[in-house]
Amino acid sequence: MPASLLRELNSLLGSSNVLHKNEDLVLYEYDGSVEKARPDLVVFPHTTEDVSRIVKLAAKYNVPVVGRGSGTGLSGGALARGGGILIVFARMNRILELDLENARAVVQPGVVNLDITRAVEHAGLYFAPDPSSQKSCTIGGNVAENAGGPHTLAYGVTVNHVTALELVLPDGEIVRVGSKHGDTPGYDLCGLFVGSEGTLALVTEITVKLTRKAEAVKTLLAIFDAVDDASNTVAEITARGITPAACEMVDGWTLCAIEDYIHAGFPRDSAAILLIEVEGLREAVEAQAAAVEDVCRTHHAREVRIAKDDCERDLLWKGRKNAFGALGRLAPSSYVLDGVIPRSKLPQALQQISQIGKKYGFSIGNIFHAGDGNLHPIVLYDPRDPRQFENAIAASHEILSYCVELGGALTGEHGVGMEKNELMPLLFSDADFDLMRRVHDACNPDSSLNPGKIFPLSKGCGEIRVRKQAETLPAHV
Amino acid sequence: MTATANLATRLEGILGAHRVVAAEAELREYAIDGMVPGAIVHPASAQEAAEIVRFAITEKLAIVATGSRSKLDLGMPPARYDIALDMTGLHEIAHFDPGDLTLSVDAGMPLRHLANVLSEKGQFLPLAVPCYETSTVAGALASGIDSTLRKQYGTARDFLIGAEFVDGQGAPCKSGGRVVKNVTGYDLHKLLVGSLGTLAVITRLNFRTFTLPQARGGHLACFSNLEGASSYCDAIEKCGLPLANLETLSPEMVALTAAALRETNAEFAGHLDPAKWCVCASFEGSEAVVPRIARDLQKLASETAAADSEILDAASDAHLGSVSREAFDWLRWASPSAALFRIVLPQSKPGDLAALLCVAQESSLRSALLVRAAAIIYFVLLAETEDESALHTLENAAAGVFFLAGAGQGHATLLHAPLKLKSRVNVWGPKRADLGMMQRVKHSFDPQSIFAPGRFVGGI
Repeated sequence: MPASLLRELNSLLGSSNVLHKNEDLVLYEYDGSVEKARPDLVVFPHTTEDVSRIVKLAAKYNVPVVGRGSGTGLSGGALARGGGILIVFARMNRILELDLENARAVVQPGVVNLDITRAVEHAGLYFAPDPSSQKSCTIGGNVAENAGGPHTLAYGVTVNHVTALELVLPDGEIVRVGSKHGDTPGYDLCGLFVGSEGTLALVTEITVKLTRKAEAVKTLLAIFDAVDDASNTVAEITARGITPAACEMVDGWTLCAIEDYIHAGFPRDSAAILLIEVEGLREAVEAQAAAVEDVCRTHHAREVRIAKDDCERDLLWKGRKNAFGALGRLAPSSYVLDGVIPRSKLPQALQQISQIGKKYGFSIGNIFHAGDGNLHPIVLYDPRDPRQFENAIAASHEILSYCVELGGALTGEHGVGMEKNELMPLLFSDADFDLMRRVHDACNPDSSLNPGKIFPLSKGCGEIRVRKQAETLPAHV
Repeated sequence: MTATANLATRLEGILGAHRVVAAEAELREYAIDGMVPGAIVHPASAQEAAEIVRFAITEKLAIVATGSRSKLDLGMPPARYDIALDMTGLHEIAHFDPGDLTLSVDAGMPLRHLANVLSEKGQFLPLAVPCYETSTVAGALASGIDSTLRKQYGTARDFLIGAEFVDGQGAPCKSGGRVVKNVTGYDLHKLLVGSLGTLAVITRLNFRTFTLPQARGGHLACFSNLEGASSYCDAIEKCGLPLANLETLSPEMVALTAAALRETNAEFAGHLDPAKWCVCASFEGSEAVVPRIARDLQKLASETAAADSEILDAASDAHLGSVSREAFDWLRWASPSAALFRIVLPQSKPGDLAALLCVAQESSLRSALLVRAAAIIYFVLLAETEDESALHTLENAAAGVFFLAGAGQGHATLLHAPLKLKSRVNVWGPKRADLGMMQRVKHSFDPQSIFAPGRFVGGI
């Protein structure tokens, strides 16, 4: 990395907003995935103009740029795979406007997801997308990955809650797309940029919709002695047209780990539980809760417990949302997968995951958004053992391939990043990639933004044309 | 041999004579604002559609993909129009998994037929769009026209989960998939919504479906002025009642709606008072929820001093809903020269709406206004003649409408107007800051600009 670039960045942002020492950079070489990549420089912009100037400098020095929120991503999306400058948005963390009357918030990308809800809950509003990491993940990261969460079953993922974006393109141009109130004439550019994993532009301002809190809510804990019964319950809830606000499944092995850590009140002797939440008008909630309970009983639920108050409800959700942390106590590392299947195929998918785990000698935990078929198998492994790491990757590929075989997809909410880009040809043809590539190049012609993500790099995968990305990446990638 | 006959002959060489039409009378049925195509082609598969696209690329011809042709006057007429690609021959359900509530359907499937198939499994697609009885699924999606159910179910972008289409290089492509949650690759299918066929030829669409509600209900409240109606709507929003639709009608719109209802000959038990502002609510849910919402609306209407309010029986609500769904269609023909705008403003304030009505009054034009789901305003200016004087008046008033929309941090689109007026005003409103980005997207999909050139924003 040229010394003059560091000097220019220091001059632009001040040295307190630039990291260049190895001991600092090492903190930014990982995210929540199993991937690693160390940036050459880390910078902390405070304004959109800062971002624009950084990008222009990067272009001048022909250095790649990668955006990053709080680094909780699970697909390596915020890792500087090709080195270069990592733009960390932690200091662009202001809520710029709250328009409660119109249920909108305008925020900078570094605002933490849950902080939006905290700022508006006094008015009976909240920000609906609720990833498990919502206490620490940023809205900018949510936009990049089109993040979901348990309650997106009823309320949709991030893209359904974004109406406008301010973007910085690789040449430093600042562009606004969408509008505060949505329904902008023209192409749905917000729909394109949300979920583009930072490969088209850097997002510097986001306008989000706020959702009104429901009148009533009930949280049910259904306990099963057989995983098949739990998964059949989910399939029937879907088939009956009951749409809970959330429908989460946790297997018995994972439950024990959670109980050891959180003491949420989950049973230690069950095969699986479903955590189901219904929301809406009081009358609707009563009817839905009764219908859900009926389906659970039909499928041999040992017990269906309804949280008696907010305290018990919060504890159950705390258990669910901290499950990954709980499993982390059991092994040196864990690999959280993210496949999607048609909901009617849930029972067979879980059976296959179990068999794949046995084949590779792993205990695979399952804690996932069952209601929308978004699986999160968790492989516990020791990364110091290269064979275990290779097997974890192989098991992951086998599971995701099976998801595709069932008519599903490679990722429901974590993104493709550098974790699954080589699997993309399982779903997409050369023509599909060509079009995606053209859209990519229309925004990011030199692949200077977040290179090495989404698109497969290996020539074996349908001979995908990745000339520009390959040129941008260092030889070792 | 004329150019048209020559084109038809070459197209027949690709798909056979039975798939190509060049008779003048039929060509006129595919006219867009008076522009007639050189030939009509009826592909029976995505591969055949792709063959025609590749032919058009080679020959530098412009294609407009059509469905039932009920909304071809949206946007500007195309700058070039050689081939009308009639997609109604692609009309199968490729995949329907009722247990997963997912659907994959060919572009030309009529919405009505699709609804019949889905209802057999107790499901539906919440695309309640105008010209419903004839519209095709891809036409409805590409038109971007509002569904009256958007308040509850969102717009098509919210439940479209994937698409297959032929891009501007003649390649069959896809985006998304058939699962309800998916972030694999770019969401290119979202760009197709409201794109007026300027990006690709849609061949198949994947949706999540929804369960038919147990019960539906309706409610009507009339107010002596706009302020009363607005207070009532605000109160509804604040208490968060889950409504499928909420519409505020100006007195003139009430009269037009009543007339449209009479034309259907359907029995309507409610009372639409053309001297009042009326607020129509539709709602659905369980047998317990529907009466609860009706009671709450009655209470709110009373608290906000409604002149009159009533709970509608299910049949009356359905009839009113159908007429409201078709408002775009009948408003287009409500006078010899009608200019119909779609305006988006933040929680439409009484002052903003009054200012729109003032524009009409100052121009001595009749007008009618409908506010849908709090923020979408359908505003029609009605001139009684088609002469130059009427056009001039409409042109000035249109400028006022676009100005007010911009001043209110919103935007306006002229959905329908006489061609002469469309050629004088920018139907898409003032130039947008993101036009350059849209042009980049267009070029990515359609580098030679063969798809409906000129119909879209900024001449795209």
